[in-house]
Amino acid sequence: MSAVAGTHAQDQHHGPARGFSRWLLTTNHKDIGSMYLIFSFTMFLLGGTMAMVIRAELFQPGLQIVQPEFFNQMTTMHGLIMVFGAVMPAFVGLANWMIPLMIGAPDMALPRMNNWSFWLLPCAFLILVSTLFMEGGAPNFGWTFYAPLSTTYGPPSTTFFVFAIHIMGVSSIMGAINVIATVLNMRAPGMTLMKMPMFVWTWLITAFLLIAVMPVLAGVVTMVLMDINFGTSFFNAAGGGDPVLFQHVFWFFGHPEVYIMILPAFGAISQIIPAFSRKRLFGYSSMVYATGAIAMLSFLVWAHHMFTVGVPVAGQLFFMYATLLIAVPTGVKVFNWVATMFRGALSFETPMLFAVAFVILFSIGGFSGVMLAIAPADFQYHDTYFVVAHFHYVLVPGAIFGIFASAYFWLPKWTGHMYDETLGKTHFWLSFIGMNLAFFPMHFLGLAGMPRRIPDYALQFADFNMVSSIGAFMFGATQLLFVLIVVKCVKGGEKAPAKPWDGAEGLEWTLPSPAPYHTFSTPPEVK
Amino acid sequence: MAEQPANTPTPRRSNLRVIGWCLSGVVGMFAFGFALVPLYDVFCDITGINGKTNGRYESTEGSVADMERSVKVQFLAQNGPGMPWVFRPVARSIEVHPGEATTVNFYAKNPTGQDMVGQAVPSLSPSEGTLYFHKTECFCFNQQPLAAGQSTEMPLVFIVDPDLPDHITKLTLSYTLYDQGEPQAAAITKTTVDNG
Repeated sequence: MSAVAGTHAQDQHHGPARGFSRWLLTTNHKDIGSMYLIFSFTMFLLGGTMAMVIRAELFQPGLQIVQPEFFNQMTTMHGLIMVFGAVMPAFVGLANWMIPLMIGAPDMALPRMNNWSFWLLPCAFLILVSTLFMEGGAPNFGWTFYAPLSTTYGPPSTTFFVFAIHIMGVSSIMGAINVIATVLNMRAPGMTLMKMPMFVWTWLITAFLLIAVMPVLAGVVTMVLMDINFGTSFFNAAGGGDPVLFQHVFWFFGHPEVYIMILPAFGAISQIIPAFSRKRLFGYSSMVYATGAIAMLSFLVWAHHMFTVGVPVAGQLFFMYATLLIAVPTGVKVFNWVATMFRGALSFETPMLFAVAFVILFSIGGFSGVMLAIAPADFQYHDTYFVVAHFHYVLVPGAIFGIFASAYFWLPKWTGHMYDETLGKTHFWLSFIGMNLAFFPMHFLGLAGMPRRIPDYALQFADFNMVSSIGAFMFGATQLLFVLIVVKCVKGGEKAPAKPWDGAEGLEWTLPSPAPYHTFSTPPEVK
Repeated sequence: MAEQPANTPTPRRSNLRVIGWCLSGVVGMFAFGFALVPLYDVFCDITGINGKTNGRYESTEGSVADMERSVKVQFLAQNGPGMPWVFRPVARSIEVHPGEATTVNFYAKNPTGQDMVGQAVPSLSPSEGTLYFHKTECFCFNQQPLAAGQSTEMPLVFIVDPDLPDHITKLTLSYTLYDQGEPQAAAITKTTVDNG
């Protein structure tokens, strides 16, 4: 990189290095952001392929395609790859690209660490995916790796799984530190905290969540590692340990983790809806406080994942009410999005379609979450397809649609070209229909008692499962269309103006499209 | 750093400060994850939830038996995974008066051709009764070695607290016996069971 803090004009001439070393050694937030996004989409396709194996096996009752052992590996790896490989890196990629542009910073605060935190990820997932080819197979205990399934009964590859999680954790923590340092130290003059775009706010809060809980995940996998290899008994009753302890420590990480996967999407949606409603975001400060409230409450609700392990009544009531309380700030956010659209001059380009679908379908996922939070009812729903339906409704039209909405919204800024609107809308509608076909019947299957993570099922569940599989294939195939759309958009297309969406606001739209390699070398004025 | 303009007067120092705070948060939360292990045990100990009965109960002097009331205590014995011993309570259930010290025996036999060590881990149901069930002597406080083919009767002395809530009329004490390996190996990897 240039050793001289050049003037604005000189910086314009300083382009990226050539060849592979550009990507290996880059400290440019845009390059790293792009690598994160490409990596996460690759992982999305890999995890999606595993989902296709799962749905193909569940297309009909009986065992058709895979053996139960392999089916278990597929459910486990699908979950791990989607959570840690697809959703989280995609948001880090968006943060890398957009946070400096939104706050008027020339780059992330810690560019070298940024490079390192990205390149750890391919290493981690190489290790994780390689377990599929090891003797004894990949991890097969579900993404939640409950002890003793992962300790006493885990396959030999569990140790590699632990190491992969450690590396991912280090990567996430470094990403989070980078976001915090950037947001706190690199804002343009005049950009006060309460003037920051919502996406930056939600990411700042997400970064604090990451710093708080990723070390706990690292701790719990370390305990698993020690139980397996060093003869400790953290989770082994024979040595005085307790497997229920595993669930407490895991979900202390796990519940904030679900907000880590959704808060940045909340932020992105809060950018997109005002742009296509041609109005300012309704209730900006209440949005900020609601996000903070959700983040704090997320530490007090972990045991709602484990009502059935034998939590005393007082504990069940506490965790039930604390969980129901989260519906309040979440309701504030949904209200604000709807109020932003109310009497707005709406137009429905692809990002807005994904954003509106986000609001509606995420709310459905939220409602089934409220049902699951009710302790006495949860005993019926626990470990059924109702739970699968719930978390896919918050993660697919929540996190994933949020990412797609962001991608379409900012693609013109990234590539300098407009994406193909017809193809984009096709991608949305096929995804929307496929996703609902795939996951809505799972509510009924779960209420009727079909257990999750089982490769076979009773005959009465056959029809809904077939519908669900058809929807899943449709959703899966549709995502290949997104590859085509992005490649087309990168290669050419209609020239994008600096501000392709007339209702959009923010510093990123003051830059030309595509955003130059170096931006805001001179900080902008924020009024 | 060279490309950073003077957005902030001393970006390097404030960045280092943020990194320092964040890293101390990371280290603190990693430690907190491990601190949850003893905290969990202490919490279960105080509240008696999870059926973890407390350790050795000291005082038997001066306790007065409540002859008006009787409580049924049932005993269950089961083997942990891969444990080949014969393990059962001598009496399946008895009626006791709260406050009265009672002795019961559990029978264990090592039918294999190898010397072995076992460790019993107790659990009480309903967990609400855990705080009112005191053991003054228990084979579960120690590991139990048995030579090949040897059998033994292992004693348990307990007192049901007179403060036991009235609606509890029955307590079930369950033991799970775990294989701790051969005696010498067990001596090396001896694990302490503090909830016994």
